[in-house]
Amino acid sequence: MKIAVCIKRVPVMEVKFAITADGSRYEETGLKYDINDFDLWAIEAALQLKEKAAAGSVHVVCLGPNAAQEQIRKAMAMGADSGVLLESDARTYDGLTVARALAGELSDGGYDLILFGRVAIDSMNQMTGPMVAELLDLPVVTNVFKLDINGATGRAERVLEGASEVVEFPLPAVLTIDDGLNKERLPSLKGIMAAKKKPLDVKPANLDAPQVTVRSMALPAERSAGRIVGEGAAAVPELVRLLQTEAKVL
Amino acid sequence: MANVLVVAESRAGELRKVAFEAVTAGRKLAELSGGGEVHVVLAGAAGIGAKADVLAAHGADKVLVLEHAGFTQYNPEALAATLAAQLKGGTYGFGLFSATSHGRDLSPRVAAKLGVGLVPDLTGFSVDGGAVVGQHPINNAKVIATLALAGTPTLLSVRPAAFAPAEDARALVIEAITSAVDPSASRVKVIELKQGNTDKIDLNDAPVIVAGGRGLKAADNFKLCEDLAEAFGNAAVGATRAVTDDGWRPHTDQIGQTGRNVSPDLYIAAGISGAIQHLAGMRTSRTIVAINKDKDAPIFKIADYGIVGDVLEVLPVLTAAVKAARAS
Amino acid sequence: MATTLDPVTAVPALPSVELTAHAGDLFNIDAALTEEERAIRDTVRAFVDEKILPIIGQCYVDGRFPKELIPEMAEMGLLGSSLPEEYGCAGLSSVAYGLIMQELERGDSGIRSFASVQGALVMYPIFAFGSEEQRRTYLPRLAKAELIGCFGLTESDHGSNPSGMTTRAREQADGSWVINGGKMWITNGNMSDIAIVWAKTEDGESDKSIRGFIVHTDTPGFSVKETKGKLSLRASVTSELVFEDVHVAANAVLPNSGGLKSPLMCLTQARYGIAWGVLGAALACFEEAVSYAKNRVMFDRPIGGFQIQQVRLADMLSEIVKGQLVALHLGRLKDAGNFTPVQVSLAKRNNVNIATEAARETRRLLGGNGILAEYAAMRHMANLESVYTYEGTHDVHSLIIGQAITGLNAFK
Repeated sequence: MKIAVCIKRVPVMEVKFAITADGSRYEETGLKYDINDFDLWAIEAALQLKEKAAAGSVHVVCLGPNAAQEQIRKAMAMGADSGVLLESDARTYDGLTVARALAGELSDGGYDLILFGRVAIDSMNQMTGPMVAELLDLPVVTNVFKLDINGATGRAERVLEGASEVVEFPLPAVLTIDDGLNKERLPSLKGIMAAKKKPLDVKPANLDAPQVTVRSMALPAERSAGRIVGEGAAAVPELVRLLQTEAKVL
Repeated sequence: MANVLVVAESRAGELRKVAFEAVTAGRKLAELSGGGEVHVVLAGAAGIGAKADVLAAHGADKVLVLEHAGFTQYNPEALAATLAAQLKGGTYGFGLFSATSHGRDLSPRVAAKLGVGLVPDLTGFSVDGGAVVGQHPINNAKVIATLALAGTPTLLSVRPAAFAPAEDARALVIEAITSAVDPSASRVKVIELKQGNTDKIDLNDAPVIVAGGRGLKAADNFKLCEDLAEAFGNAAVGATRAVTDDGWRPHTDQIGQTGRNVSPDLYIAAGISGAIQHLAGMRTSRTIVAINKDKDAPIFKIADYGIVGDVLEVLPVLTAAVKAARAS
Repeated sequence: MATTLDPVTAVPALPSVELTAHAGDLFNIDAALTEEERAIRDTVRAFVDEKILPIIGQCYVDGRFPKELIPEMAEMGLLGSSLPEEYGCAGLSSVAYGLIMQELERGDSGIRSFASVQGALVMYPIFAFGSEEQRRTYLPRLAKAELIGCFGLTESDHGSNPSGMTTRAREQADGSWVINGGKMWITNGNMSDIAIVWAKTEDGESDKSIRGFIVHTDTPGFSVKETKGKLSLRASVTSELVFEDVHVAANAVLPNSGGLKSPLMCLTQARYGIAWGVLGAALACFEEAVSYAKNRVMFDRPIGGFQIQQVRLADMLSEIVKGQLVALHLGRLKDAGNFTPVQVSLAKRNNVNIATEAARETRRLLGGNGILAEYAAMRHMANLESVYTYEGTHDVHSLIIGQAITGLNAFK
């Protein structure tokens, strides 16, 4: 089983973002970065498939700045065998340009599976995986939260709003991994030390000029804290009154 | 003047609320770009065309009905090929999808087939010299990016609940279309649709959501949330990640960054402390009520109304009060 | 130092210049760490966040060490992590080892104590003073936590003065040994499979005859009693060991141990880990204090807006940053192979002291909530009183430093 996992370096979101004075982007100074959550679950899925088959390899592909090598090393510390960084400082929101660069890298790899996280929590574009599949003419199943690979076919369950779909597909295929499939492992110390010696290729990304451009960025309007109506069940009548007369939702 | 092609989402033969939202958004897009027509693609098994009238009532100038047994279930490959063929013909300046699980699966396929960009999950948009300029939440919805795209055609998807469906009746015009490829030849096959509970209203459609967290202490206590939802009559029950991780509630009920994003008129957070990951999925709700025993819980920071107390005590009283209020 | 660890190539002061200061790292100390060191710190931090913090308050209240986490700690490679890979260990730098201690103690001093004892006081002496056979027999199993160990040096009447120990090991005609005596304040005692027992092999005052023995705790005559009624380190096992004619084979002795110097070398290792570890407790308290100060509203504004709380926080952070720089510099010296026990004394003494103060100030800043197990401050505060006392009390380290300054020995 030869598996590629596409990962993204994203800011750690437990911060209050600030917008630059010209309103063109968010301030990056002081941000910490990690692998996108959903991509961690994609890595974990790949490692579990490899371990179950007791054969194969997991190759990590990342498009991002030079510093994203740290995220590739982390994936290798978790157990991935090799990695490639398609280096680019572009902060593009054009999913198609990213998908084209990744598809170019992946096209000759002979992968049985190409995994993505469902969505990158920075761009929240949620489109790169299916676009890559389309460009490579591979079947794709998105939002996978249950997965069973059996030889050259797979069966997955994908999340819908309040429902789910059971999907069958042939390999090779592209999957985007959702929350709920697994819980990612922590890299062991030996894994971290071993990752240093695993092959990591860095090459420039060939990104087309973006069709999607950023006009501006802003912070969402702050919700002002409301009020404490009261304590315990005694506060219920007042709450109901407010919902009827003030919020008008009842 | 450019026409807009809207994809109407259905499930198990029924149109979803997001389909009407998409038609309303499509109407707005047509008007902003000079008054083109709104055509809506409605795909499904034989008989789906009978639903076309509701689409016309919301402003569809024409409904393109694609009936085939191969579309009984979601058939992304054949649907993407058909939409790409429609959008390639030069009739349309825009292709508009719902930013749902299906819409976000389908729209990137179409974009890649056409070699055009896609602006996803818009909460609002305008048109500026042929380009769609739309607001798209990024960074866990902590930043709003305004993105611009001028494609031939321009593809976009709109966030559920961001556009309230509005009636804007048109004469019903139906055009039967056929699939661009053999629908039975798709490699990816949906073999089963598992509906959570068809009697219950979906989280994304519900005007009221009662969501429960760890403060409920046990899976059985979710009954209290269900009772309250029933008292409202138009409510759905959601849950936090901690709760779905523990198996108290199905995974598909999870609201938050890694689950569903909801924006109901009223969101009742019962025994939810308000972890950042949860807030990311519900902070755009119109009115938020929080019930939590810890008065310092972060949920109170974004709640319009809070009750400090034990949810197990407050919920039954609230349920009775809502019943009484609705009865009077 | 009797180690054969690979010399670590000198690390430039700021190997990662592209890193900028971020919240919680005012002095950009991250940039002075290597990528691996940061990765190791982050993975242990994630483990502590996920596995320890959610349960540790209750463990503390219940007086229970969360034994169930031992296999996972071993699996991650946290035990004896700076020993060589050929013995099943991770072969990490001293700074990486220190960062592990820091993160574990961010959870609880009891968790860090467990790892400290297993690594620095059980595995290290076997590595440093054991035969090759002992190394190969014990180290991989200790790293995997198939065996848990404890370290018996302190006696009830001989705490700060171990050379006065009364435990005796008598060599028999066949080369085997019989041990009699007892040890007190032994971390991990009740859950140990082996104990490193330090005993005099001759009568008299001299500490030259002190040697170390690997004693299996199921040996006849070996009994263990858990120390009850602790108001500190409640999430840690502390025990008393009693030896009544405990007969061990000739190969139980650590052949290269000799004199009080041997156990003191172990303590130097452990104290080094403590100098780092307590920074974790201090950081946990500081973060709790900052979060509380920003969120707790009194007189209609967050208490963090009051000058008195800002002074508290500024004092805490200043001391923590200084402590971090001391620990980091000491770690680099240790990896370069030229650190001294006095430096370790200074680091242990200073860092434990500032951590204890940070915990106390945090507890106060938290007001009434500060006394609850739901918050970490009072737990850390109570734990750190033990850490202040064990592995050389604060006062004893003062005198060691004093002797280094003046050349005058306060002990004689």
